[in-house]
Formats: sequence, structure tokens, C-alpha cells
Amino acid sequence: MSDQIKNAIQEYATRLGDDSVVLGHRISEWVSYGPFLEEDIAYGNVSLDYVGRARLFYSYAAELADDGRDEDDFAYMRNDREYRNLLLLEMPKGDFAYSQVRQLFADVYYTLVLPELLQSKDETLAGVAAKAIKETKYHLRRSRDWVLRLGDGTEESHKRTQKAVDQLWGYTHELFDMDETEQLLVNEGIAVDVSKLRDAWLKMVSDILTQATITVPEDSWAVRGGRTGYHTEHLGHMLTEMQIVHRSHPGCKW
Amino acid sequence: MVMKEISLMAEDQYQRQQQRNAEDVKELWDLLDAVKDPEVPVLSLWDLGILRDIQRDGDRITVTITPTYSGCPAMDNISTDVAQLLNDNGYADVTVKTSLSPAWSSEWMSAEGRKNLRAYGIAPPEDAELDADGLTPDAHAACPHCGSRNTRRVSEFGSTACKALFQCDDCSEPFDYFKKI
Repeated sequence: MSDQIKNAIQEYATRLGDDSVVLGHRISEWVSYGPFLEEDIAYGNVSLDYVGRARLFYSYAAELADDGRDEDDFAYMRNDREYRNLLLLEMPKGDFAYSQVRQLFADVYYTLVLPELLQSKDETLAGVAAKAIKETKYHLRRSRDWVLRLGDGTEESHKRTQKAVDQLWGYTHELFDMDETEQLLVNEGIAVDVSKLRDAWLKMVSDILTQATITVPEDSWAVRGGRTGYHTEHLGHMLTEMQIVHRSHPGCKW
Repeated sequence: MVMKEISLMAEDQYQRQQQRNAEDVKELWDLLDAVKDPEVPVLSLWDLGILRDIQRDGDRITVTITPTYSGCPAMDNISTDVAQLLNDNGYADVTVKTSLSPAWSSEWMSAEGRKNLRAYGIAPPEDAELDADGLTPDAHAACPHCGSRNTRRVSEFGSTACKALFQCDDCSEPFDYFKKI
């Protein structure tokens, strides 16, 4: 494997790890705030699936980097400008409708991305995908059910769900952006060509939203930058909280 | 004449059984039957199907395990338990590796394990008829306490990622259902 490809895979694994840990952390913020106990547990479980994926992606990135860093260094010792996650995933948890709409957008995305990643020539990435696909089926069923219930629910829940969709829509375009690094890996049969997935995503999401009596927004604005390290203000605050214990007690073991 | 063989054991299970019968590692597999899943203490690692391989190269032993779910928090504990047990039995050079591929499937659970799960109060995967999409149904998993099918799903996600929560409408007991993945 050439150094160029190896570095690209390391970068790609880091991005996927960043996506997973950021969404996993956001979901975990609901623990003890869920509307009822079972939902609280569900949030905990889904969060754990994502944090688990992050560990797998980061361990692989660390192995490729081979510079003495481990998975924890990737998660806890990088600043917001070094994070490469999609902006959609770092948005604050908002109200329950907002979190479920974001989750639906992400779950449909992974429903499409993971089967492609399973075909990767990189065995480790394909291995993570094989595990994650099974988990995502359950995630999608839950977020779809909630969006249907909330969208087609009371006047208040409908209003909040529509508002969440409108507010988050502009962050979804970035999910399908490609850059040189990913294109290089697509050519090698390693990465997923996400630019080809938008139509399918749009169709699945639109069908669910329509069924939930929610209006699918026009594409009038788009925010991008996560993959180049330009984030919203929210990520910095999130990382501060997520990283403080690790940074306050470097090397601490228990 | 070629006889058609009808196996009483699933192919996967047969392969696994063959693997543990190999002469040089048999005693190691037997020893590791003592290591249980910390979250479901009636299941050994073998029963759960997460103990994938044991290799012996002279004094060096390499054990391969695979997580049930990506975020299974028990994996670190399990690795430590495996190494500790082998160390205690005189095997000093033990490496525990985690392998993701092939991905764990609830099909790998042993027949003994399924029986033990039920006795412990957890319905094994085959005690419910799955939805068309292969996911946990919203009702009718058999209650491990009274056997009734008059049950309903209370939550898609149970006390751990590998389980869903049900309640029996006959004996009123809540119970965990081990999801099929």
C-alpha cells in the first residue's frame, strides 16, 4: 500500500470515527432526560452503538498512524478544528422532535452508506460496517416511528417536528459531498461514493416525512465545513464537556 | 452409493465444534468454558458464540473474541477474564485479540446456551416470530417464566444493546428478549 493511500485511509477512518463519537455523545445527552424510562434506555443503547463504532474506527486510524497515539487520543486530545465530523451530527440535542428528526436523517444515511462500506476492499472498514448495519436497522425503525408519531400527532408535536426538519435541512447537503481524499479511496474501491446516495436518501426521507404529514423543505440554503474542520460554535462546547475529565487527569487509569 | 447426510446440527455449529476438538487446543477451550459473559452470567463465552478461535504456537496462546454489538461495554472485562484465567492455569504468554469479521450473529449461540438463557428468565432469539424485515416483533415472544405467547414489547432496547424488553400479559412478569441479529 502506498503512503498516499495509507494516509487517506487513516483520514477516512478518523472522519468516520468523528461522525460516530459526535453523534454518540449528542444522543447520550438525553440519558436521564428521556420522556419515559424505556426511551431513556433506548437512547443509552443507540448512543453506545455509536461510541462503539467510534472506538473501532479510531483504533484503526491509530494503528495506521502508528505514532504512539491510541483511540482515546483521537477522541479526547483533538480540538474542534481537528475534528472532521459532519455538521448535522454536532447540532445540540434541542427538543425531542429535533433529536428524532436528526436521528432519522442520520439513520437513513447510514442505511445507505453501510451496505456500500461493506463492499470496501479494506477488510477492517468492511468489518465495522457488517456490525453496524444490523444495529442501524433497529435505529431506523425507532426514529421513523417517532417521526411518524410526532409529525402526525398533536398540533404542538407537528409544529415542533416541522420546525426541526426546516432547521436541519440545510445541514443535510454536506452528507453527500466528496473531496479529493474520499475520491482517491473511491477509485481504490475502499471508500463509499456518497455523492451517488442523495437521490435514494431524499426519496426515503421524503416518503417518511410525507407520511408524517410534514412538508419536505425546498433546497434554499446549505451549510458545509465539517470535513475541513470548520464547525458550528456548538462542537467546541460539546468537546469541552466530553474531554475535560480525560484532559484534567492525563494518563489516569482505573 | 452416495448417502445424503442429514445433519442434526447447523453447519456453523458443527464447524465450531470441530474447531474446539482440535488436539492441541482442546484443553484451552475446556478451561475457557469457565469464563461467563459478565452481563449474562449463565452464558459462557462459548455458549454466546463470541469465543472465535484459539491458536497455540509453542508457549504462545492467541485467543480471538468478537463483540456482539459495536459498543458492547463488556469486551474489556471479557478480555481481562480470559487472560487471567489462562494465566492462573499456567499459561503465561496470552494475547486476546478482538476480531470484527465475520460479524457476530445470534445464530452462533449454542443450544445449551439458549436453554440456560430461558431458565435464567431471558427469551432466546427463536422464541419470537420476527417481523418481515427480520427485526423484533411488537408482541408474542414466549414468556420464559410461564410460556405464554400473550406478551407485548415494552421497549425496542432493553437493559443491554443485545436485548429488547417485553411484558407478559398472563403472568404480568417483565422479561428480556435476546434480539436476533
